[in-house]
Amino acid sequence: MPDDLINSFMSGPDENGRFGKFGGRFVSETLMPLILELEAQYEHAKTDDSFWEEMHHLWTHYVGRPSPLYFAERLTERLGGAKVYLKRDELNHTGAHKINNVLGQIILARRMGKTRIIAETGAGQHGVATATVCAKFGLKCVVYMGAHDVERQQPNVFRMRLLGAEVIQVTSGRGTLKDAMNDALRDWVTNVRDTFYCIGTVAGPHPYPAMVRDFQAIIGTEAKAQMQAAEGRLPDTIIAAIGGGSNAMGLFYPFLDDKEVHIIGVEAGGKGVDDKMEHCASLTGGRPGVLHGNRTYLLQDDDGQILEGFSISAGLDYPGIGPEHAWLHDIGRAEYVSITDREALSAFTLCCETEGIIPALEPSHALAHVAKIAPDLPSDHIICMNMCGRGDKDIYTVAKALGVELS
Amino acid sequence: MSRIADRFETLRDEGRKAFVAYIMAGDPDYDRSLALMTGLPGAGVDIVELGMPFTDPMADGATIQLAGQRALAAGQTLDRTLEMVRTFRDTDTDTPVVMMGYYNPIYSRGVARFLDDATAAGIDGLIIVDLPPEEDDELCLPARARGIDFIRLATPTTDAARLPKVLQNTSGFVYYVSITGITGAATAQAADVGPEVARIQEASGLPVVVGFGIRTPEAAEEFARVADGCVVGSAIVAEHAAGKPVEEVLAFVRSLSEGAHRS
Repeated sequence: MPDDLINSFMSGPDENGRFGKFGGRFVSETLMPLILELEAQYEHAKTDDSFWEEMHHLWTHYVGRPSPLYFAERLTERLGGAKVYLKRDELNHTGAHKINNVLGQIILARRMGKTRIIAETGAGQHGVATATVCAKFGLKCVVYMGAHDVERQQPNVFRMRLLGAEVIQVTSGRGTLKDAMNDALRDWVTNVRDTFYCIGTVAGPHPYPAMVRDFQAIIGTEAKAQMQAAEGRLPDTIIAAIGGGSNAMGLFYPFLDDKEVHIIGVEAGGKGVDDKMEHCASLTGGRPGVLHGNRTYLLQDDDGQILEGFSISAGLDYPGIGPEHAWLHDIGRAEYVSITDREALSAFTLCCETEGIIPALEPSHALAHVAKIAPDLPSDHIICMNMCGRGDKDIYTVAKALGVELS
Repeated sequence: MSRIADRFETLRDEGRKAFVAYIMAGDPDYDRSLALMTGLPGAGVDIVELGMPFTDPMADGATIQLAGQRALAAGQTLDRTLEMVRTFRDTDTDTPVVMMGYYNPIYSRGVARFLDDATAAGIDGLIIVDLPPEEDDELCLPARARGIDFIRLATPTTDAARLPKVLQNTSGFVYYVSITGITGAATAQAADVGPEVARIQEASGLPVVVGFGIRTPEAAEEFARVADGCVVGSAIVAEHAAGKPVEEVLAFVRSLSEGAHRS
C-alpha cells in the first residue's frame, strides 16, 4: 500500500466500525444480526453501479442537486475580510441536507425488501425528508419525535402528517431527540422482520455513521468541484454546524486529505459552555461514553448518566456527536468550536438582511462562527460554509426569541 | 466454583428449576429497594438480578424505564448499587447476584475499577444489554478474567450461524429472550420457546433461563418447564411501583417462584 493511502484520513472506519476508539456496535443481541445484515447489504450496494445510478437520478430530478455554491458578496463586504461562499443545501427538496441521506437508505431498504420505515427526528427535518421519500415510494412511515420538539416544531409535524407519516409523540425520558431515538430503537427491536430504521445522522451503531457520511458526502464532492470552477483552487476554510454531525461530515469528508484546508465544526453552545451544562457541545463540554450504539463524546454526569442538551435549535439538541467527529477532534484534523443561542440569532438576522436568505437556526451557528473569524482574515482567504437548511421552520422560534408575537 | 454454577448444581440435584427475579436498584428509594432485595431469597428466589438504573434504557419497556427514573431521582448511583450488594451479602452469602444494565455507567467509572468494586461487593455475574459479542474486549473478557460470569442474551434473531459467537465467551447461564421486543411487552408461547431453548442448551452446555413477557405464576411454571428456569422482572417492578408494602410484593414473588418450582 502506498504511503499516501496509509496516511489517509478517509479510510475509516475499520472492520469493527471504529474510528480510532470511537464508533463500534453497542447494541442488544436482538439488533445485532440486523445491523450485520445491513452492513453486508450496504457494502454490496456501495460497489454496485446501478445503486449509485438510481441515487444520482433522484438527486438530480427529485432533490434538485447539485445545490449551488454561492458567493455571498454583501455578507463578505459586511464582514470585511475573508471571501465567504455558501453551499446552498437549503435549496434541496424539503429544505435541508437530510434528504441526501434518506434517499440512500430508502433505496437500500427497498433492495432489502423492507416495507416499513421508522425514523427519529429532532427539528423535524429528517422526519419530513423520510416521510417525503416514503410517500414517493409508497412505504409505510413511522416517525418518533420528542413531545418537547413536537410542541416547538408544529409546522413540520403537520408536514409529516400531510405526507402520510404516523408521527409518534415520545414522552418517555424528557421527550427530546435522544428519547425519540430510544423509542425508535425499541420499535426496531420489536419489529425486526419488516422494519428498516432510517437514522438521520452520522451516529448509531456501525454501519450507520459511515453509511450516512457516504450519502452526505455528495455535499463536499460538489463543493470541491464547484470551488475549483469558481476560484481555480480549494477553499482555505470549510465550516459547518454540528448536532449529530451529518451535514458537517458530508462537507468535510471529501476534504479530509487536503491538509491545507482548515476544517471547523460548530457545536451549539446554548446559553454558554460552562458547568451549568445548558448547551449541546458534546466535544467542547462532554467526555467519551457509550450511547445509541456507538462510543463518542457525550454530555453526561459523573456517574455516566446522560444529560439533556440545551439549544434554541431543535436540530442540534442532542447530547452526543457522530464518532468520526470525535475521532477527528482527538487527532486534531478538525477544529471544533461552539456558538451560543444569542450569537446564532444575530447571524440569522445578518443573513436575512445581507443575502436575502432565511437560514435555519442550525447553519446560523456556523454562520455566526464565520462572522467571528472572517473580519480578521485576508480578502484572498476563501471560506466555504454549508447552508444546510432553510429557516421557514424556525420563524416561530426566532419571533419568540426576538419578542415578536405571531398570530 | 462460582455461586451461579453452585446454585444450578444444587437445583439440578434437587430436581428444581431456577426462579430469577429482577428488581431495580434504588427504586423507589434505596431503603425500600434494599428491603425488597433482602427478602427475595426468602420468597423462593434462586438468583437475584439487580437492575442498574440508566437514563437511556433502550431495551426496556415503560415499567423498567420509569423504575430507573425513580431510582435516579432518588439519588441512586453505581456506588449506591454496589453498596446495596455489600449490605445484602451481610445476611446472604449463597444467593447469586447478577447486575443487569447498560454499559455507559460502567465505562464512565472505568472497567478495572468497576470490576474491583464488583468483586469486593460480592457480585457474581453481569448482563450488559448493549455489549454484544462483537464488543467482548470491552468488559466481557476482563470480567471473566476476574471470575465474574458474563451472561449473554440469546434472542429469536440469533440464528444457528450466529449462536456459537454468542455463546463463545458466555458463562454462568444463558438468558433466552423469548420475544423480539422490549421488557414487559408481549408474551411468547412456551411451545415455541422450548425448541429454541433445547438448541441453546445443546450448543452451550450451560443452563438456559427464559425471560421477557412472563408475569404470572402460571406463565412462570409453563416457561420454567421448557427451560432450566425463568426470569420475571417488569411484573415485580410494577407491583413494587404500585406502592404496596414490601411484604405484599414478596408474597407476589413467592407465588411466582412457587409457579416456577412446580414445573
